[in-house]
Amino acid sequence: MRGATHVRWAACAVAVALAATACGGDGDGGSDAGAVLSASWGDPQNPLEPSNTNEVQGGKVLDMIFRGLKRYDPETGEAKDMLAEKIETSDSQNFTVTVRDGWTFSNGEKVTARSFVDAWNYGASLRNNQRNAYFFGYIEGYDQVHPDKGEQTADTMSGLKVTGDLTFTVKLTQKFSTFPDTLGYNAFVPLPRAFFDDHDAWVKKPVGNGPYLVDSYTRGSQMSLRRWDAYPGPDKAQNGGVDLKVYTDVNTAYTDLMAGNLDLADDIPAAQLKNVRTDLGDRYLNTPAGITQTLAFPFYDDAWNKPGSEKVRKGLSMAIDRGQITDTIFQKTRTPATDWTSPVLGEDGGYQEGLCGDACEYKPDEAKKLIEEGGGLPGGKVTITFNADTGSHREWVNAVCNSINNALDDERACTAAPVGTFADFRSEITERKMPGPFRSGWQMDYPLIQNFLQPLYYTGASSNDGDWSNQEFDDLVDRANRETDTAKAVGLFQQAEKVVRDDMAAIPLWYQNGSAGWSARLSGVKLNPFSVPVYEQIKVS
Amino acid sequence: MPNQYHEAERAIAGTGMGGTMDLGVDEAETLGKRPGPDGGGPQEPPRSLWSDAWRDLRRNPVFIVSALVICFLVLISLWPSAIASGSPLTCDLSKAQQGSQSGHPFGFDGQGCDVYTRTVYGARTSVAVGVLATLGVTVLGSVLGALAGFFGGVWDSVLSRITDVFFAIPVVLGGLVLLSVITSNTIWPVIGFIVLLGWPQISRIARGAVITAKQNDYVQAARALGASHSRLVLRHIAPNAVAPVIVVATIALGTYIALEATLSYLGVGLKPPSVSWGIDISAASPYIRNAPHALLWPSGALAITVLAFIMLGDAVRDALDPKLR
Amino acid sequence: MGRYVVRRLLQMIPVFIGATLLIFLMVNVMGDPIAGLCGERRCDPATAARLEHEFGLDEPVWQQYLTYMGNVFTGDFGTAFNGQEVTELMSTAFPVTIRLTLIAILFEVVIGVTLGVVTGLRRGRPVDTGVLLFTLVVISVPTFVTGLLLQLLLGVKWGWIRPSVSSEAPFDELILPGLVLASVSLAYVTRLTRTSIAENRRSDYVRTAVAKGLPRHRVVVRHLLRNSLIPVVTFIGADIGFLMGGAIVTERIFNIHGVGYQLYQGILRQNTQTVVGFVTVLVLVFLVANLVVDLLYAVLDPRIRYA
Repeated sequence: MRGATHVRWAACAVAVALAATACGGDGDGGSDAGAVLSASWGDPQNPLEPSNTNEVQGGKVLDMIFRGLKRYDPETGEAKDMLAEKIETSDSQNFTVTVRDGWTFSNGEKVTARSFVDAWNYGASLRNNQRNAYFFGYIEGYDQVHPDKGEQTADTMSGLKVTGDLTFTVKLTQKFSTFPDTLGYNAFVPLPRAFFDDHDAWVKKPVGNGPYLVDSYTRGSQMSLRRWDAYPGPDKAQNGGVDLKVYTDVNTAYTDLMAGNLDLADDIPAAQLKNVRTDLGDRYLNTPAGITQTLAFPFYDDAWNKPGSEKVRKGLSMAIDRGQITDTIFQKTRTPATDWTSPVLGEDGGYQEGLCGDACEYKPDEAKKLIEEGGGLPGGKVTITFNADTGSHREWVNAVCNSINNALDDERACTAAPVGTFADFRSEITERKMPGPFRSGWQMDYPLIQNFLQPLYYTGASSNDGDWSNQEFDDLVDRANRETDTAKAVGLFQQAEKVVRDDMAAIPLWYQNGSAGWSARLSGVKLNPFSVPVYEQIKVS
Repeated sequence: MPNQYHEAERAIAGTGMGGTMDLGVDEAETLGKRPGPDGGGPQEPPRSLWSDAWRDLRRNPVFIVSALVICFLVLISLWPSAIASGSPLTCDLSKAQQGSQSGHPFGFDGQGCDVYTRTVYGARTSVAVGVLATLGVTVLGSVLGALAGFFGGVWDSVLSRITDVFFAIPVVLGGLVLLSVITSNTIWPVIGFIVLLGWPQISRIARGAVITAKQNDYVQAARALGASHSRLVLRHIAPNAVAPVIVVATIALGTYIALEATLSYLGVGLKPPSVSWGIDISAASPYIRNAPHALLWPSGALAITVLAFIMLGDAVRDALDPKLR
Repeated sequence: MGRYVVRRLLQMIPVFIGATLLIFLMVNVMGDPIAGLCGERRCDPATAARLEHEFGLDEPVWQQYLTYMGNVFTGDFGTAFNGQEVTELMSTAFPVTIRLTLIAILFEVVIGVTLGVVTGLRRGRPVDTGVLLFTLVVISVPTFVTGLLLQLLLGVKWGWIRPSVSSEAPFDELILPGLVLASVSLAYVTRLTRTSIAENRRSDYVRTAVAKGLPRHRVVVRHLLRNSLIPVVTFIGADIGFLMGGAIVTERIFNIHGVGYQLYQGILRQNTQTVVGFVTVLVLVFLVANLVVDLLYAVLDPRIRYA
């Protein structure tokens, strides 16, 4: 397959040389709908079940082999109907979902209302150990299938009812006006009977209803996906398939891209960004994604949660030269943050440029003054804890520390404290053992302002790792979730965000962009707001 | 027979995969068997071997060069400010990755820190890790090895099996597992780890050397005269068993320094604000294309240091081994 | 001979138990692996408890160890967090690493022994000094620096080789990684052979052979080399275990999906089952390799008899 492709490409190159005809590039003349491209991948951490996948690598596959009720537009991030004919509600609490007719799974089975209800019940059920079970937490009856303690008392959620071949109803425990917009998340996709009947076989070779099928899957090294020719959806694949190759180190993936062994590498490592233009020319993309990086604080530690602490936190924020770090370390693939959401939401979605104001600008003198007014750093020192095993965290944490040290004129004020593994980092956070600020990254699940605020700052929320708690904030979020008018809901969330700002519950650092580089064979490469390549739109010549 | 070389060479690898002989073949023959002072009485220190070796070393250019390098390293470890005026923790991101310029002969690294200053200050940590780890390994290894060799029997069997257990675990793997949980930013965890996985090497050498020395006539004689255990070990056996241990320890010292760098490369070595070559090399390795100087200077310093210790060990072994003269 | 082998096999048992127990304890010290499974959020307590139970993490460590070892003897090495059987991981990882190790050992034997013989016979000459210095430099530069430099120069700048290894990992793609992996050991083999040759060259049997008027190459190959190879064989035997388990750095640089890669992933995710499983096999390989080397001893050196 690949050999053939190479021959064709070579022939094409010769043709270009001889006749100077347009070949490849954006012109459709050279594009080969049957050609397969290779793309970088990371080994998914959990089994590839939709409600078990909570990181971007597994998400890449699910995005290719599944389509849900909604799909977020690859460019705008807007939640658009996909399998949903319509989702109706009169009270923001009871929803009636009608599934579009004519969809099937790639094994021929029809996608029905039951495909969804069964999948959701499976995802919520405690005995299936699904990592994303809490996504179903708003549905009535979740408490019975997934109690906090003890055995589950029901197998299915009472809030889900199949009312026809293609219709089902959802009853939530509270008003949640933007619920339909969350349904584009991976956890909500339908599952075929094969998933339940022969689960082991399914996990070895997943079957879905998306534009690609899994051709072969060698765990830990490669997954070959091929176009599903009978795909009923509007977004058919423009290429013959994708070979996802596992790389341990993003640097190696980039090296392979340069050497011509790889067609598409997403997540270009920070260290290589300086060379991207010379190495790849225009074959490089850098677009905003729904990822923010913040420094969270241990509010469970009195040293960081006493009167005046907010001044220390603001002072630290003003001691960080975000512009210089994003320019130098990240070569502009991050944008200095000025609020706690993300630009991918858009103005209407709740993003507010400059909300943070002076507190997010580099003002070393004021930083020093504020920290002194707030009683100084606890013990005169601050350590920033992070996990050193992934990403380019080490580089930026060191840079942040150097920036703080320079601003405070004390070269030992700030220390970077690497933790060897992500698992350990998470377990120390979960056990509430952080000695000072720590890295907190947030990749949105769905493009709603709610997703940037509630999971991170609501009292007791699953990602509120610093245990920040504020009654005013909680009330505003509750009100916003009940609000049926979208614009009003967004306004309330923005008010809540101002509460976060005034207490500097976390220091916003920067908005992360998605980046990708590709070989000369490809065209039409795009990244969606989740920084996942839109594989089905890539053309191979 | 040749096993001694094997042990010595193997020790350099710092891998913990040591020799395999615990059978009928006598260990540590080459070095251990040398009866030291020919006819030197038990009261007299074994002077001739050592003075011979010293006379030999003084004339060996390899020894002189490596000794000078090591002296220099020790000096700048003690007083780094003598040759580097700045602070290794002063970094200016606007100068990141810039090359050599006046006042900054080695240029700047990815964080805009002065590479020259950091390389000079890095010597202290690296030498400290090497020396302290070797000290720990030598003390623990020789004591346990000597006990096993001297008392034999159950002691010996148990110790030999424990040694095998430690040899069977790959060092880098052990480092990843054990050090990834450590949050301390001092050099002690790394030293402790090296001692924990390094002692069996020395203990094997010491055991073999003690067994050989124990069989010497004058030791038997001293025993017959009623000398206590401690007197036997300290006065009669130790002086003869010490040579092979010293050789292996010197060579191992270099490899421990390199091991620290490898652990740092894997993200489990020393942590800031420690300044070490390992940290700098690992931080600079992704920037190899744009700022090779930030990688090459600390790597070069590391290589020269390791080289110096290995060459010193080589020279000492040659001097202590009359067979090769 | 038979009694010796039996004795050695019996001695392996405590070592095997000790090594696996040690690694089991070490991995357990690493702490709670479940927290890392839920991304940047806290696992909900009910799921976390169930996951702990599923992986047997809610039992005391000694019981976990016994259960695990009991399973191992029935061929069940457990399941990784991504739902894959560890034996399945092994079946993909070990062939790759074995190929890599073979290439590395080939380099050690061919280049290492050749250089060792050449320098050993010409002790003190410029070629000897040159090679000796070169081996010292190879030993002194950390493997990851050598690997990254060679990858950049040969793979990217000059384009002679693929900078990384594909998932099939055929022999030809493993040549450079094999050389990098072997480099340090290769330097030792050279030095070891050199010392050994130089020492044996003055032995009586070589003098006798020369005096008999045997041709030079016959003296070197039949008499000198055979006897001088004994320490080299020991070294390489012990090196097999080291190469297979110590390839973590090399496999990372060249993106090889072998044992080192699986171990590294296992450690990052604190996946007890993967790490302990692979180490168990490595310990076995190490023990068996050592036994084979000791038996080879007797073959190479007729003076040694095992009882």
